[in-house]
Amino acid sequence: MFANFADRTWLWLAAEFYLVGFLLGTWSLLRGGKPLNVATYFLIVAGYVMQLTGLYLRGLAVGGCPLGNTFELFQFTAWSAISLYLVVGVTFRTSLLGYFTSCLAAVLTLVSLAIPAWDSTRSSGIFGNNPWIEFHAALALFSYGVFGLLALTALMLQLRNYSLKNKRIGGWFSFLPSLFDLDQISGRLLVFGVVLLTAALTVGSVHWVQNTATVHWPKLLTTVSVWACYAIALVLRIRGQLGARRFAWTAIILFTLALLTLGVVDANRRNPATPAASRK
Amino acid sequence: MSHFPPDATGLFVFGATHRTTPIEVREKLSLPAPTAEHLHADLARIAGLREYAVLNTCNRIEFYGVADTPDAAAKVQAAFCQRQQFAEEEFAKYRTSLNGPAAVQHLFEVAAGIDSQLVGETEILGQVKGAYAAAQARRSTGPVLNRVFQKTFQAAKHVRSSTAITEGQVSIANVAVELAYNIFGRLEATRVLLLGAGDIGEKTAKAFRSRGAGSLTVSSRSMERAMALASELDAQALPFEHRAEHLAQFDVVVCSTSAPEAVVLAADVRTAMRGRASRPLFLIDLALPRDVEAEVSKLENVYLYNLDDLAKIAEENRAAREAEIAKCRQIINERASALWKQVESQVTGGPNRTAPPIQPDQEAR
Repeated sequence: MFANFADRTWLWLAAEFYLVGFLLGTWSLLRGGKPLNVATYFLIVAGYVMQLTGLYLRGLAVGGCPLGNTFELFQFTAWSAISLYLVVGVTFRTSLLGYFTSCLAAVLTLVSLAIPAWDSTRSSGIFGNNPWIEFHAALALFSYGVFGLLALTALMLQLRNYSLKNKRIGGWFSFLPSLFDLDQISGRLLVFGVVLLTAALTVGSVHWVQNTATVHWPKLLTTVSVWACYAIALVLRIRGQLGARRFAWTAIILFTLALLTLGVVDANRRNPATPAASRK
Repeated sequence: MSHFPPDATGLFVFGATHRTTPIEVREKLSLPAPTAEHLHADLARIAGLREYAVLNTCNRIEFYGVADTPDAAAKVQAAFCQRQQFAEEEFAKYRTSLNGPAAVQHLFEVAAGIDSQLVGETEILGQVKGAYAAAQARRSTGPVLNRVFQKTFQAAKHVRSSTAITEGQVSIANVAVELAYNIFGRLEATRVLLLGAGDIGEKTAKAFRSRGAGSLTVSSRSMERAMALASELDAQALPFEHRAEHLAQFDVVVCSTSAPEAVVLAADVRTAMRGRASRPLFLIDLALPRDVEAEVSKLENVYLYNLDDLAKIAEENRAAREAEIAKCRQIINERASALWKQVESQVTGGPNRTAPPIQPDQEAR
């Protein structure tokens, strides 16, 4: 039965698993329980495997990394965030991080699936059979996943700050990690994301200097702007000029802007649009 | 000898606890180690007392036993009162006694912490384990008490892991430490400054010390007092007039002076925060009148809690624990009933020999 599933079917299933995981966590929280228990963790892992399957099938159909339209960019970003969560989650008190990550993944995947226009056409030959460009694109998108997770830990930091300032430490606030831990992990995610995006842009720039006409200026400008904003945030943080709360707001706002730039990146594909990849 | 308890064959428990006995009486009933040794020798000689164990804590003195004769429990009480030089008639006023399944249920509730003065406290389980280990070492337990105590430990652990009975701190000092965990995560690298030598401040500083705070510094308007307390707490002393200039070095500041005006000013904290990058500062104001200017709470990355704030959190936690008691009792009821079915025949020598249950002298719950 599963063998006949199309890539989008797997991706729908993944989105639903993420959503059910998020709803189950919400229900558990409302009942005074932990937001992430064995059941919700299983749902996230199962959703991740299904999304991986869907992206793999899409990749086989298009003959490369599936990053050819806005739908695929959103899917890949959500998958990157979940990948990183599954790594980070085991070393960190992440009951609420898992909950928020399932929420982010559910939103990104469901929105991308709910807007058919995002997947009605896809750019072909965007990597020009050059594996380095494909690597550049995948790395850049993965860094967006890292920044997505950073936005979540920043949101948790804001909530922890609110709970401590307003003397509300019981209820579901008790599942938040400490302020210091959240600040530390956010800082590490920022470093990791900036390193990945820097590497991605470096790889991309090698190709770009050889043929500057291959990349549209809006895409170049937005991508470099996103990198510059995160790099500036990192420098300010290292110099102690960005307090925890301001840093958290910066991370949330920057990720929102970074998501908006995905549309610009996709809209500036140079090659003519072609019908979307296989739909079984 | 007073009439106690009627037909007390089988499994029994009697004693005096914080629920029925004021502290000044509990002080007199508490068993010092040398007296306890003599008492155990007395109990070992009681005919008809098949097994026994004694639970002796600051909040309760309780005797658990298995009696073959109706007067064995009364003899235990007589021996105890004689050793303590406490009138039996007086003891009977405070005494609570239960037998059979009610005794099992009671031990389960004690070990799970729901019969404790601070509901859900975890120290009691260790004390029950200690009492059982001591009884085992004296060979005063047998098949019944061995099984009852071992099942008690399992039940207590299950109750704690499956309910929220131990969640949230209920004392001011522990609430302060818990808040520090919420801010710093770990206390090993946390530097604590105690301003003033008030009793509650000292208790809070000790709570930080016992939970592994990295360093402790004491500063008091009386340097002599500061040095004495620093010596007691294995801490350093800081001249009181230098507190503001050193503020940036500390992560947690516990204030409990009796100064009539604020001793931690907003301007000082603002200056200190400039030297702390993104590291937060936690101020605990336990003084009345307050030691810390209220506007400090508006500063970014500074968290100020006063006595009322901490008391409110402790009360909320206490209420939350109380709300869990019904759930705990349900779990304990099921387990105690199941255990009683297993040990009943060993206790009474068979279902037909079950003694009539003893009514509690006082309603414990």
